[in-house]
Amino acid sequence: MHINSPGVLRNLALALVAVIGLAACGPGAGTSSGGGKTLHVLATWGGDEQKAFLAMVKPWEDRTGNHIAYEGTRDLNAVLTTRVSGGNPPDLAGLPGPGQMAEFAKAGKLIPLDSVVDMSQMNSQYAKSWIDLGSVNGKLYGIFIKAALKGLIWYDPKVVQAASVNISSSSPPKTWDDLTAIASQLKSAGKTPWCVGLESGAASGWPGTDWIEDLVLRSMGPDQYANWYQGKVKWTDPGIKAAWQKFGTVVSQSYGGKNFVLSTNFGKAGDPLFTSPPGCYLHHQASFITTFFQQDNPSVQPVTDFNFFGFPDINSQYTGSEEVAGDLFGMFKDSPEARDLIKYLTTPEAQQIWVSKGGALSPNKQVPLSKYPDQLSRQAGQIITSAKVTAFDASDNMPDAMNTAFWHGILDFVGDQSKLDSILANLDKVQADAYK
Amino acid sequence: MDIVRITFLVGAVVLVPAALIAYVLVTDLGVRLLPPRTQPRIRPWLWILPSMLAVTVFLIYPTIATIWLSFLDKAGQTFVGLANYGEVLGDGGVLVSIRNNIFWLVGYTALVLVFGLILAVLADRVPYESAVKSLIFMPMAISFVAASVIWGFMFAYQPPGAPQTGTLNALLNLFHGSPIAWLIDHRTNNAALILVAVWVWTGFAMVITSAALKGIPEELLEAARVDGATELTVFRRIIIPLLAPTLTVIGTTLVIFALKAFDIVYVMTSGNYNTNVMALRMYQEMNNNHNNARASALAVLLLLAIVPVLVFNVRRLRFQEAIR
Repeated sequence: MHINSPGVLRNLALALVAVIGLAACGPGAGTSSGGGKTLHVLATWGGDEQKAFLAMVKPWEDRTGNHIAYEGTRDLNAVLTTRVSGGNPPDLAGLPGPGQMAEFAKAGKLIPLDSVVDMSQMNSQYAKSWIDLGSVNGKLYGIFIKAALKGLIWYDPKVVQAASVNISSSSPPKTWDDLTAIASQLKSAGKTPWCVGLESGAASGWPGTDWIEDLVLRSMGPDQYANWYQGKVKWTDPGIKAAWQKFGTVVSQSYGGKNFVLSTNFGKAGDPLFTSPPGCYLHHQASFITTFFQQDNPSVQPVTDFNFFGFPDINSQYTGSEEVAGDLFGMFKDSPEARDLIKYLTTPEAQQIWVSKGGALSPNKQVPLSKYPDQLSRQAGQIITSAKVTAFDASDNMPDAMNTAFWHGILDFVGDQSKLDSILANLDKVQADAYK
Repeated sequence: MDIVRITFLVGAVVLVPAALIAYVLVTDLGVRLLPPRTQPRIRPWLWILPSMLAVTVFLIYPTIATIWLSFLDKAGQTFVGLANYGEVLGDGGVLVSIRNNIFWLVGYTALVLVFGLILAVLADRVPYESAVKSLIFMPMAISFVAASVIWGFMFAYQPPGAPQTGTLNALLNLFHGSPIAWLIDHRTNNAALILVAVWVWTGFAMVITSAALKGIPEELLEAARVDGATELTVFRRIIIPLLAPTLTVIGTTLVIFALKAFDIVYVMTSGNYNTNVMALRMYQEMNNNHNNARASALAVLLLLAIVPVLVFNVRRLRFQEAIR
């Protein structure tokens, strides 16, 4: 083909005109309606949680005429890091944990919220520990949308009674020894005491980290607990190692054996509590698990079919500390609308919307307990706003690399408990690198 | 916000081709000012210039930047020489990933090629060929993520005695075998992951092999049969040698794919239980450990592993050009 031939050139020129014409029409066709601004929000919530969040922001959307474009991802770390370093962050985003929040804040990616929210109001509505958890170097960077009470042990009261095991809401096992005695009693009666499930996609292993955290908190106390997640206590420390060994005993007394523990999703792990005959009698999980119980077993009711008791004491010196977790939320792009939304999300009016949908607790003291959908969540909601010491989920406080290694360590340990020493030594190696 | 995005999208779809056409028209006006003899020599260079620029910006520059990053520290500040490579290659997890990539390279490539070839040859001999081929090709239309979810159900595990919800374990149950945790058991998990990829890609190998098979003249096979060759001899001595160039092309494609395997492992096991591969490990170094230096070192190692395949491909291409 010769380009010099007039035909080809004319066709090209015609194509050019057509293309430019299209371009001129293009943007006009894409104009969206409505005068409000669209805020892009990125977080981990999907399914029911996504619906609850959208219900939470609906009154704000109606009031302001702005629109929330919500995007959910199960791999928040990766998506958020990529978008932030690519210079295209969402306006607001859920943050994977305080550790990650601090990394973003120190890199100057997060906008401080001290001037966005009314700090005196925050101080009166939230316990100091919640504000401290959202702060880096004395500045507030993250607010809590909802919270969960960790370290709860769930059981089916009817089944437990039938097995003549002494557990009830009035007389829960007080100490770890009481609890292990109950487990051995079940075991010697030919029953399986525990249910554990660790699968959770890229975050598989985290339910095990919660176990270790509860054991460390009750045996070493809140101060050593904090030192541990700050990288100042080694993983090979005898106290930490003892916690792993206790967890190991639980796993070896759990339903389905290690392969089932590893391959079962955390949301389905508690289901054998409700089978007949029961697959297991005890299940350790945070307050949000009730949604999962009822999703898989629609007939079960709180109090009559499932109930919880708090994690028992190991060292009586540290009675009264509760482990909590929560969904942090931060602002990456400053705008009047984003500021307004943040302010709204901290209010009791906003927080009680999610609470009433179930599966969530509010760290805001002014959310009335009557807004909780059932007695169990009310009880948990009360514990969370009145706890003496709240220790935040340690793994969420660790740097990302440490947290991921912790998850992997749990899986390796469950796969082969005899490898504990080499797993802990490897975690020490990661620790030496991750806190730099 | 959305208006901005839509404008950008329309602009990209419409204005880029417009600009390229305009570029060709305008530069050609310039070229015509040159003496007629030199015109044909200049024109091709002008035509490939935009692509060269794009390749430089989007491929060559990132490659060089990645190589450079792999010699810097985690913060990207100080030159540390080969330290990142030392760390990476001294890490037990990375060595497992390299081993698994070799499993993928051998297992995946061989199985897809063999299954593709067998199915192509067999399908060639039945009247309902196109129906069979469509059916086997179908998984190609499914993304790896979706395929992983589907196979997740196939591999599901329940403890012995409980009703098995996974297809494979239900089958095992039928024959009174004890269930296997396919994705967790170290003896089966890599094979299970590779199987998913084989299931998706066999159709591709089959279709291409089948097309090449149709290109073999029937007289050639007839002549061999008349001379007394058995079907097996015909297959081994005539069909295979004539298909060799096609099989090589498919093979090299598969090898490159095996080296960059990611999705299936990410979705099904997240690289746990000794199933990690290099590409996923690189992703984890970047997104979990925030260590771009080590991620870059892994990327460079992967690149080095792919180079021989590329060289082989180019050589073969040249050889074919030469004999044509």
